[in-house]
Amino acid sequence: MDFGSINPILLLASLMVAATPLLLAAIGELVVERAGVLNLGVEGMMITGAICGFAIAVNTGSPIVGLVAAAAGGAALSLLFAVLTQFALANQVASGLSLTLFGLGLSALLGQGYQGIKPPPFPRVDIPLLSDIPVLGPILFRHDIVVYFGLALVAAVWWVLKNTRAGLILRAVGENHDAAHALGYKVVRIRILAIMFGGACAGLGGAYISLIRVPQWTEGMTAGIGWIALALVVFASWKPWRVMLGAYLFGGITVLQLNLQAAGVAIPVEYLAMSPYLITILVLVIMSADKSRAPAALGRSFHASQ
Amino acid sequence: MLTLEKRPQPSRLWTYLTPVVAVILTMLAGAVLFAFLGKDPVQSIRTIFWEPLFSEFAFYYRPQLLVKGAPLVLIAIGLSLGFRAGIWNIGAEGQYIIGAICGAGVGLAFYPMEAWFIFPLMVLAGALGGWAWAMIPALLKVRFGTNEILVSLMLVYVAEQLLASMSLGLLKNPEGFGFPGSRNLQQYPSAHNAELIAGSGMHWGVVSALVAVILAYILLNRHMLGFHIRLTGEAPRAARFAGVNPARLILFCLGTAGALAGLAGLFEVSGPSGQVSIDFNVGYGFTAIIVAFLGRLHPIGILLAGGLMALTYIGGEIAQSKLGLPAAAIQVFQGMLLFFLLAVDVTTNYRIRRVTREVA
Amino acid sequence: MTDTLLTIEGLTKAYPGVVANDNVSFAIREGEVHALLGENGAGKSTLVKMIYGLVKPDSGTMTLRGAPYAPAEPRAARAAGVAMVFQHFSLFDALNVAENIALGMENPPPMRDLAARIREVSETYGLPIDPYRTVGDLSAGERQRVEIIRCLLQDPRLLIMDEPTSVLTPQEVEILFQTLRKLTAEGVAILYISHKLEEIRALCDQATILRLGRNVGTCVPAGTTAREMAEMMVGSAFQAPERAPRELGEVALDITGLSVRSPSEFGTSLKNLHLTVRAGEILGLGGVAGNGQDELLAALSGELRTDADAIRLKGRPIGRLGPAARRQLGLLTAPEERLGHAAAPDMSLTENAALTGAQREGLVANGFLKWGKAREFAEAVIARFDVRTPGPGTAARALSGGNLQKFVIGREVMQRPEVLVVNQPTWGVDASAAAAIRQALLDLAGTGTAVLVISQDLDELMEISDRFGALNEGRLSDIRPAQELSVDEIGLMMGGAHGMEVAHV
Repeated sequence: MDFGSINPILLLASLMVAATPLLLAAIGELVVERAGVLNLGVEGMMITGAICGFAIAVNTGSPIVGLVAAAAGGAALSLLFAVLTQFALANQVASGLSLTLFGLGLSALLGQGYQGIKPPPFPRVDIPLLSDIPVLGPILFRHDIVVYFGLALVAAVWWVLKNTRAGLILRAVGENHDAAHALGYKVVRIRILAIMFGGACAGLGGAYISLIRVPQWTEGMTAGIGWIALALVVFASWKPWRVMLGAYLFGGITVLQLNLQAAGVAIPVEYLAMSPYLITILVLVIMSADKSRAPAALGRSFHASQ
Repeated sequence: MLTLEKRPQPSRLWTYLTPVVAVILTMLAGAVLFAFLGKDPVQSIRTIFWEPLFSEFAFYYRPQLLVKGAPLVLIAIGLSLGFRAGIWNIGAEGQYIIGAICGAGVGLAFYPMEAWFIFPLMVLAGALGGWAWAMIPALLKVRFGTNEILVSLMLVYVAEQLLASMSLGLLKNPEGFGFPGSRNLQQYPSAHNAELIAGSGMHWGVVSALVAVILAYILLNRHMLGFHIRLTGEAPRAARFAGVNPARLILFCLGTAGALAGLAGLFEVSGPSGQVSIDFNVGYGFTAIIVAFLGRLHPIGILLAGGLMALTYIGGEIAQSKLGLPAAAIQVFQGMLLFFLLAVDVTTNYRIRRVTREVA
Repeated sequence: MTDTLLTIEGLTKAYPGVVANDNVSFAIREGEVHALLGENGAGKSTLVKMIYGLVKPDSGTMTLRGAPYAPAEPRAARAAGVAMVFQHFSLFDALNVAENIALGMENPPPMRDLAARIREVSETYGLPIDPYRTVGDLSAGERQRVEIIRCLLQDPRLLIMDEPTSVLTPQEVEILFQTLRKLTAEGVAILYISHKLEEIRALCDQATILRLGRNVGTCVPAGTTAREMAEMMVGSAFQAPERAPRELGEVALDITGLSVRSPSEFGTSLKNLHLTVRAGEILGLGGVAGNGQDELLAALSGELRTDADAIRLKGRPIGRLGPAARRQLGLLTAPEERLGHAAAPDMSLTENAALTGAQREGLVANGFLKWGKAREFAEAVIARFDVRTPGPGTAARALSGGNLQKFVIGREVMQRPEVLVVNQPTWGVDASAAAAIRQALLDLAGTGTAVLVISQDLDELMEISDRFGALNEGRLSDIRPAQELSVDEIGLMMGGAHGMEVAHV
């Protein structure tokens, strides 16, 4: 055992990287759920985004184009969910599950021939001056642009939900779709947009894993992060800043257990690897006491009758 | 423009018709997909759906149908009870793994003793293992109101890690030259879930699946508990009003689903698969979700859907070796089936009408 | 001010199987209160939804201030000066008053300015309300104020009000009428939808009466008797239920110090309730919606458990028993919400008969259901209560509100209960079904059953109950013999104006 091999600065820095895919997927799902829709297909959209981003980045040589493609791929897949739940009025739980099952298969199919390839490297942005601050510099200010984009996105979602009319309408639709409809808001259209935003965020999160964090393509490489993102939204009581907190918490756990594995702790690797999932369960149990913040129309189908 | 108009009551015709329409649409979409992959679409579909049943090698494939179908049906029957009541256990894969570990563990503990009671004990242990694993989300939901979807799913990843740990540690074959995986139960007669009729594919798992179908049918159609399960799914408030105890229902549905998934795992590990190994599970727990929906959560429907899904597995393997169709294409194919089913399902409760927009 | 504001000509709207509006025409003048009168299902709601742009007419035209008016959506209607106060479904519980109001406006000012304007308008029209309160915490009367203020902020020319008084106490109704009169004095026209005749006589200048989707006449309410209007509305003379004198027996239901926390966040907890109902007696409990009615029913049905001694059935403590055990002992209930609570919408009437009848009607043996017997029971209910349906295999949701309600009440009545508790037995039910249900309750009391009727319809309670009490914020008023009460006294029992301050301007 060699705890000395764990460098706390590197640990904290990699925590921010590990948290980013979770953060992206969870903030997207938060918006979807605030609109009253429960999309359990996050895992499927992430893995689809992961391969779309990877394949496009490899073929174009541009990781940025890859990220855009990943967002587009996630959004396209989420559109299937939108059609099922908003037009065909299918059960949201079943539709979300089918999205995940389909996404896992689709990504495996698309990913043939991309195994073992290295994607084009993603540039790191060292923020001038700030990155030179001792300790804080390496932890906070020497990351790729997506890390900062994720944080900006959380801030933007928070601001839009709290202070803008669009945010108010979105929350209204998620609270009571019948009332929103009676006031003349296009419930279905708003929900579809929210679902697509969630899909794009999940896709981006997936591509972050395949293009930056790992970086390579293997089947099923999201390994449940999409599901953890769903749990994170519950943990956050549907509040953007708490999503960020939760993402860093889970990022920290993941990084820590990987570091402990590398340091050769006496605990078997498998038990360390289970820890993020077990902690997710623990957190869900703790948070399930507080149900009050869930959007009132979450998971219910809307059909404008008469 | 198309609009939906709620039917006064669910259409009986479409209840039966939707799975058929979904299968046909999936075949069409699948054909397009296969053509896109550069395969002859007609031949691909034929290979998947026709060859396992009627080709000259069908004698080999038909028993496989039972072998693949049995765990799917067994798991799907358990899941369907919960799904009917609005209890979403999606962690059957984990319960399947734990059932296999527990069952095989009991068998291996007796090695090399030969006795008649070993296999029954394994069956019991398998069912109990799956049951106990499903009790975790059940108890958490009852006690704390924790979301069973996420908990049961998280436990799949935990179970997979446990499986790895077991096949590398506790259950590793001491005479296995260091390779991961347990002793092969096929070579341990007292613990082997052998074919009941040689060459038929018929093993105890198939028998259990058929029994489960019959019992589920009776439960849902004749028994008060089954009535309460359906009532809870259709109208939860009415169920409480009728006197249904939601906690008991959650424990029953999740517990039964877990036990059946555990049984499926045990029958698989002691029979067709033979040993506990890292990649022993092949996703039956997830495919069974598709089977349950495709069978419209109805026992007889699930039996048929399980057969169909087994067909796509076997046909897919044939297509893989004969036509070079990627395995993932079959996975996509199965996923599409669920998509189409959910999409077509709208016709049971709604009429689709064409509306020509007037200039008002 | 006698200029015509809105003219409606030949509006028709058909849904599959029903013609909701058939060639309806009338006109509303500026500054008038125009009543739209009709039974449930007469087509009032569809008509106003067309005026408000929620539903497009199949044919017919509307003219607003001389210009053609065909709103494609509510936004267009609002822009044209048409505003609507809904009966249901239009507020967001988790949002505050100002946010709710902003959602109903086209270009709301920043929140702080909006809050100031809400205060200003609410004071002007005698409707005080705090813009930062969460709507879910407001009483029904206050919620209606939010809706009215939302409309007033848009300076409407026409204000549509859909059954506005169904959630108000008599005192609150008086406040509302003052507000409406103030508005009409400013030239705003009001389209007032109701089936309460006395109210219409007190408030409205003109009335249009709908029956089965057709305009069957207009009248000046002040010069028409309530009975004449009722006959136009129903189409025939209607019958008051018969009340045979009844013998009262022992106390059958005894509630002592019943306190229950509401399971829902915006619900009302019950606080220290005491009441008794004797065999053969009908006790009526009035009160504005949301004052603990649902919680009381749940506490009696067994969906909510209480202290064992808080509820006694013929002296036996039953507070801890579940619904099935209480039914076995003879306490039966019928909740307000027919679809989804009293009955499962997609299940057949046979299955719905087994839903509460399983124990007392012997429909189960060793845990197995006897579907044949369940079907016979369903057929018996259908026959005795004249439920119009193709048969017991029909899904509950396919029945009309009145027929399903007859089935739900009949299902309980036919199980010969010792005590029957019903919540809103005739809500949203047509007049003939309502009369049949009231008669059934009276007949049941005549056979010695103790009946507790919870209702928001005061006329109904006065018609059938022996004693009357009212629920107000989870508390119960004194219970007094029904015959000696005046409307003012009833209003005070219901909580007067809910302690809401009345602004005098």
